[in-house]
Amino acid sequence: MSVWRNPMKRLTIAAGAAAVLVFAASGAQAGERMFPALGKIATPEQIKAWDIDVRPDGAGAPAGSGTAAKGEPIYIEKCAACHGDFGEARGRYPVLVGGHDTLKDQRPEKTIGSYWPYASTVFDYIKRAMPFGEAQTLTDDEVYALTAFLLNMNDVIDSDFVLDASTIGKVEMPNGDKFFEDPRPDAQPVKVADLCMKDCKPEVKVIGRAKIIDVTPDKGGAKAKAAAKAAEASAPAADAAPAAAQVAAAPAGDPEAGKKVFRKCMACHNVDKAKNKIGPSLQGVMGRTAGTVDGFKYSNAFQAAKDQGLKWTDENLAAFVAKPKDFVKDKIGADKGRTRMAFAGLRKEKEIEDLIAYIKEASGE
Amino acid sequence: MKKTTSPAQSGSIQATPSSSDKRDLPADLASDLNAIDPGRRRALLAGLGAAGGAAAAGLMAPGRAMADPANLPPNVAEWSQVLGPGVDAFPYGMPSKYEKTVIRRYVEWLTATPESSINFTPLYALDGIVTPNGLCFERHHGGAAEVVPQDYRLMINGMVDRPLVFTLDDLKRFPPESRFHFLECAANGGMEWRGAQLNGVQFTHGMVHCVQYTGVSLRRLLEEAGVKPKAKWLMVEGGDSAGMNRTLPLDKALDDCMIAYSMNGERLRTEQGYPARLVVPGFEGNMWVKWIRRIEVGDGAYMAREETSKYTDLMPDGRARRFTWEMDAKSVITSPCPELPCKQKGPQVIKGLAWSGRGKIARVDVTVDGGRNWHQARLEEPIMSKCLTRFYLDGWEWNGDPAYLQSRAIDETGYVQPEMAALQAVRGVNSIYHNNAIQTWRINPTGEVENVRLA
Ligand code: HEC
Ligand code: HEC
Repeated sequence: MSVWRNPMKRLTIAAGAAAVLVFAASGAQAGERMFPALGKIATPEQIKAWDIDVRPDGAGAPAGSGTAAKGEPIYIEKCAACHGDFGEARGRYPVLVGGHDTLKDQRPEKTIGSYWPYASTVFDYIKRAMPFGEAQTLTDDEVYALTAFLLNMNDVIDSDFVLDASTIGKVEMPNGDKFFEDPRPDAQPVKVADLCMKDCKPEVKVIGRAKIIDVTPDKGGAKAKAAAKAAEASAPAADAAPAAAQVAAAPAGDPEAGKKVFRKCMACHNVDKAKNKIGPSLQGVMGRTAGTVDGFKYSNAFQAAKDQGLKWTDENLAAFVAKPKDFVKDKIGADKGRTRMAFAGLRKEKEIEDLIAYIKEASGE
Repeated sequence: MKKTTSPAQSGSIQATPSSSDKRDLPADLASDLNAIDPGRRRALLAGLGAAGGAAAAGLMAPGRAMADPANLPPNVAEWSQVLGPGVDAFPYGMPSKYEKTVIRRYVEWLTATPESSINFTPLYALDGIVTPNGLCFERHHGGAAEVVPQDYRLMINGMVDRPLVFTLDDLKRFPPESRFHFLECAANGGMEWRGAQLNGVQFTHGMVHCVQYTGVSLRRLLEEAGVKPKAKWLMVEGGDSAGMNRTLPLDKALDDCMIAYSMNGERLRTEQGYPARLVVPGFEGNMWVKWIRRIEVGDGAYMAREETSKYTDLMPDGRARRFTWEMDAKSVITSPCPELPCKQKGPQVIKGLAWSGRGKIARVDVTVDGGRNWHQARLEEPIMSKCLTRFYLDGWEWNGDPAYLQSRAIDETGYVQPEMAALQAVRGVNSIYHNNAIQTWRINPTGEVENVRLA
């Protein structure tokens, strides 16, 4: 026998509050589910792993702790490549430190110290999103320490202040009381009924022209060009046979899988265009001498590698991406300094093989 | 309306901004998306230099190729005689190869990296109110997540009777709803606060799109979990590498939000949140969390980075507005515009789009003389709530004199789209977000159209 329910007939006691339910037809009790077959009860382990947010009062803050002193080396290793050694930022990456008393200026500088109203947000954001491209790889102790470091750099807490679940909700931010609720609608000098339709003003005066500012991109950037190029290439069926032949001859690595691995590098490297990001472009990297991309400012270690004539062979690249720091120490020399590549390394051999296959394909070798 | 003559204004164009203005201007949106230091910006601008001038001209090109007389009457065109591709040629159809300039574009100097950046919808090339899926602008904070649909999960936890985890299949088995809504980034027009800056409607207004979403009502999912009486806020969180999270008031969640899995009839595009995103009609785009993985029900606001560091409006007194959710009424003329110059004198149809995050568009006025006289535009059905509305002004004859085109939207709440001066009087020039000012296009005697700011 079929049972019919009318999901549209459900009555809800509204008033913006909780959804207390009354079933019109089925006689089910308040709070009972309409579709019990859909969705499973989330287990405590599932919730614990995914529920990572921290609120201003510290609700949700995990166990663990950290101080600015502990955070500094982690910051230098994992964050300074993009945000600068002192949070002053490289290139157009966000500035994290400074900007005090600039909010009324022509050019306000909004940073954690000058603008952010809550310390919890720093923890919440670093834990979920940083380092850029390697999100959710930090331990809670590391996130506490990094948060403490950034707060200390912004003169909010002392360097020995212990940040943990019990203190994070109590930190007072310099700009904490400067936010207020949206008062809109605003900017309504004239009511609809009074809007002028005829002879509303004597003359029209131009005070600015975009044409003179002249910053409109004319060809839409590299992506637009790539899209236009892709649109030009057609007739996929005809290409299928040679492509298959290539696959047979290709090395062990799977470039498709390697493309996914490359997402770990993407935050800092382009592979299919010459533009440098935080790291040098990897276009044509295979077989080329290390440290030789024009216009890229390498670390001393990589300048030394260039002088030594170090080449990016399969073997060298595999060793470098597996353990960047060890590679520089062993291959280039412990006395030559550290690499600026803030990347922990790839653990799986298969990943490295796939990655190299992809780099070969994508970098135009 | 008969032949509106525009006053000759060429004499009144003021001195061009000084070079120091030029350097100052582009920082606005950049300071939102990412800080840009002035020295670097200067270098970038110097590099762009003269190239930008060709902008409008470059974009105007589509379809402007010379016609081949062999295809024109009385001759019979080649395509009228030979077979075209068969039904097995394009299992998924693409736009005509002659439309390949109709694409999303981005402004390279704006952000540090394209994985945390924005591109723009080519509004000038679109008709009606629906945006094709491949042209909907993108804003990511950690690139577009490539979620495997079988491994997709949506968790609802926090102050609920029973925390739940849904699969994609679960979501699709709930009774669906389909609705049309616009989605506008709060930073749309953010680069225009200090002055007319980008010469193209794609760049000044292209952070808006409008599609039909299909999904399950968020209210229904919350009812399944059973929201506890003291709950007031939700934290909505993406499954991307930015874990993009925002606070959503429970009232709104129970009103008209949905978890969508389709757009314009097909599954969401990867870059629009495949396989499931949040739809928050009328609210700023940042809240429409893509690749949504978790909803936490709570009794306090979460104050995530995207509602403190970003998406708060800095006022001239140094204080900042927060929770500025609704997108106020706004409109723009999409033809003519810098990308679509006036090719000939004589009759012109002025076309445009209007929208409001507070309901339906009630009226749109259009002027061709910079606001001296206004004419009520024709609104095209359907006119839907929190959705783009198409308007036209028919019957204007352009006589070749300079003309100043503007549109002004009025929504059903009686809100009137303001001039930039009115917005600046209250908010200054550093608030970045929520710029819904009236836009001016100047038609030069050559027919070229440029973005100008009027006093
Ligand atoms: C590969 C470059 C890169 C690295 C390495 C990196 N970040 Fe970031 N960071 C970014 C980018 C890009 C953004 C802006 C993201 C966005 O716009 O959504 C950002 C944003 C931030 C912000 C928010 C800034 C604001 O004003 O809203 C903080 C805080 C931050 N990062 C901290 C860190 C910390 C701590 C680390 C080290 C664990 C780190 N970052 C490593 C690139 C990086
Ligand atoms: C956080 C940013 C970052 C990430 C992530 C990153 N790199 Fe790098 N990479 C750099 C920097 C910076 C350099 C320059 C090193 C120096 O000067 O010490 C570099 C250098 C290199 C070089 C040497 C290039 C040359 O011109 O000699 C290679 C090869 C390389 N990276 C590959 C990779 C691969 C493959 C990945 C991903 C598995 C990766 N990198 C991830 C920042 C990064």
